[in-house]
Amino acid sequence: MDNNLALFKTMLVIRRFEERLLAEFSAGKLAGTTHVSIGQEADAAGIFSVTDPEDVVFSNHRGHGHFLAYGGEPYRLAAELMGKATGVVGGRGGSQHIHWRNFYTNGIQGGIVPVATGMALAEKIKATGKIALVFIGDGTLGEGALYESLNMAALWKLPILFVLENNRFAQTTPVEKGVAGSMPGRFAAFGIPVWERDSTDVLEIQSAAGEAVGVVRSGGGPVSLIIHTHRFSAHSKGDDPRLPEELIRIRQFDPLIIHGARLSKNDREKAEADAISSIDEAFLRASADPLPGLTVEVPASDVGRSNLEI
Amino acid sequence: MPIVLERLNYALQHAMESDERVYLLGEDILDPYGGAFKVTRGLSTKFPKRVLTTPISEAAIVGMANGMALRGLRPVAEIMFGDFLTLTADQLVNHAAKFRWMYNDQVRVPVVVRAPMGGRRGYGPTHSQSLEKMFLGVPGLKVVVPNSLGDPAELLCAAIADDDPVLFIEHKLLYTCPMSVSREGELVDFQIEQTQGAYPAFTLRPANTPRLTIACYGYNFELVRSAALELMMEQEIFVEIVLFSQLSPFDLEPLFLSLERTGKLLTVEEGTRSLGWGAEVSAEAVERLAGIKVRRVAALDLPIANGKNLEDAILPGLQDIVTAALELAAR
Ligand SMILES: Cc1ncc(C[n+]2csc(CCOP(=O)(O)OP(=O)(O)O)c2C)c(N)n1
Ligand SMILES: [Mg+2]
Repeated sequence: MDNNLALFKTMLVIRRFEERLLAEFSAGKLAGTTHVSIGQEADAAGIFSVTDPEDVVFSNHRGHGHFLAYGGEPYRLAAELMGKATGVVGGRGGSQHIHWRNFYTNGIQGGIVPVATGMALAEKIKATGKIALVFIGDGTLGEGALYESLNMAALWKLPILFVLENNRFAQTTPVEKGVAGSMPGRFAAFGIPVWERDSTDVLEIQSAAGEAVGVVRSGGGPVSLIIHTHRFSAHSKGDDPRLPEELIRIRQFDPLIIHGARLSKNDREKAEADAISSIDEAFLRASADPLPGLTVEVPASDVGRSNLEI
Repeated sequence: MPIVLERLNYALQHAMESDERVYLLGEDILDPYGGAFKVTRGLSTKFPKRVLTTPISEAAIVGMANGMALRGLRPVAEIMFGDFLTLTADQLVNHAAKFRWMYNDQVRVPVVVRAPMGGRRGYGPTHSQSLEKMFLGVPGLKVVVPNSLGDPAELLCAAIADDDPVLFIEHKLLYTCPMSVSREGELVDFQIEQTQGAYPAFTLRPANTPRLTIACYGYNFELVRSAALELMMEQEIFVEIVLFSQLSPFDLEPLFLSLERTGKLLTVEEGTRSLGWGAEVSAEAVERLAGIKVRRVAALDLPIANGKNLEDAILPGLQDIVTAALELAAR
């Protein structure tokens, strides 16, 4: 498929999926919490268009877009959000705790960064050629575990891309109240090269990500990619301190509009129809699926592959 | 006469020789220093690429070990002092312990985190604690403690071969203890039973009718058996000892069997008394066996002092165990 069209389709599926999700929440059909990436879709689409399917990805609480761009099925994700047995992790993890193939998420800010760094070390040791990617937000710059990881990733020249999605807010806290000094400076201090874009244009992000990933893959050690972006929706569901004018103003950065302008009307409409119908089908199918049962198993001293005889 | 330290060192070496997925990470673990307590001595010389000395970054040490474990390696992380496990709590509780279950059993996390614990070395409030109680009862995390009766090498190798995360607690005073098998004569008065499984519990049964059961783990077994000998020699009071290697999740069956014979339980631990291991073991025992009497010996609910006389007053000693046993026997 044509690159422009493929990127558009990925962003559109993420957008329509998350809009549907919010609608289901509002209708009381979904419970719990969720964080959508509406407005930030260009990051996921651009980055996963330049990675290898075998690369190892650790995403965070705002990870639906990453999962879908990675190649995850909308149906399995919808089922997971509904707590269904057919969900990505059988209804145990929900929105922010999923794992499929080489894709992992956890809802703990900062803690996923050393885990991803350890994954990069493992891939380096095994010489698989895979790289690791980890996603953080501006608010996560406040977590100490991040800096321990940057230090060790740089010391050991690990194949990892640190992706910082600066959507200018951490829940309700604006960056001015949460982040001192310089964002790139935080990586540069460890000798980690920085690619930085203030953009929601997926082509710009694709090219920056392509360069950054290329450096990591060629053994250049850790690299960071900082993308300054905009989140259009609330942090989770109702928590948005921004003024309505501001929410309207940032719509000018809508990645779908920016990139959609590069496509024919026909292509756009076709993509739209495809996205809507595939997501309809995903939610419909998932809602008919069974709920999981609870198996309580106490693994007292179940030693598995015990190949260490003594 | 082998000491516990040598068995632990041997276990690491053996594990690294038999499985190339085993890696060590920790602070100052390279030769010639070989780690603050020398458990890794010699290993960086033998396996220079697989012993990784780290910055002082406990959260990242365990976090990276978690990531390595998720991706097919078998990392063993050393935390220089168990007190610093607080810095790894997020990685142990919210990452290592969670991944398998929350990812619907699609992954395993074969990570081992080793940490020296315990006092009586004069290291003061932040280098002497027994914090393992904070990590008991975390679903998905095993807490295993070696002793001088079972083979610490077997125990550590089993932890490394385990597909789930294991927190391995080593008391600092245990390192220099000779293995019990080599201390001939000391245990002749007991018949020793051992449970099946990788992390066995031991029941030491005296020749005469026992008056109470003492439950303990790790280094405290050294104190408990001295107390048992003293009670036997000087008071003609016979006790059964139940010694655990796996604290969490726990299987108290051997303890219940013993309590059916004695009806009295004394728990001994070096952690603080309130809301601790002994409290939970006692509660389980009382729920299971109506009418038993229980008592706990543990540290006072205070930080551990640096000075020896204060530290001795705070931590439970041999005489505390003997006194508590006598009181319980008399009830
Ligand atoms: C350790 C930790 N602290 C707090 C939270 C609660 N929390 C969830 S998302 C969030 C804001 C994160 O902001 P940022 O890193 O900028 O990511 P964004 O939500 O903007 O994508 C907070 C505080 C958490 N999940 N984990
Ligand atoms: Mg943010």
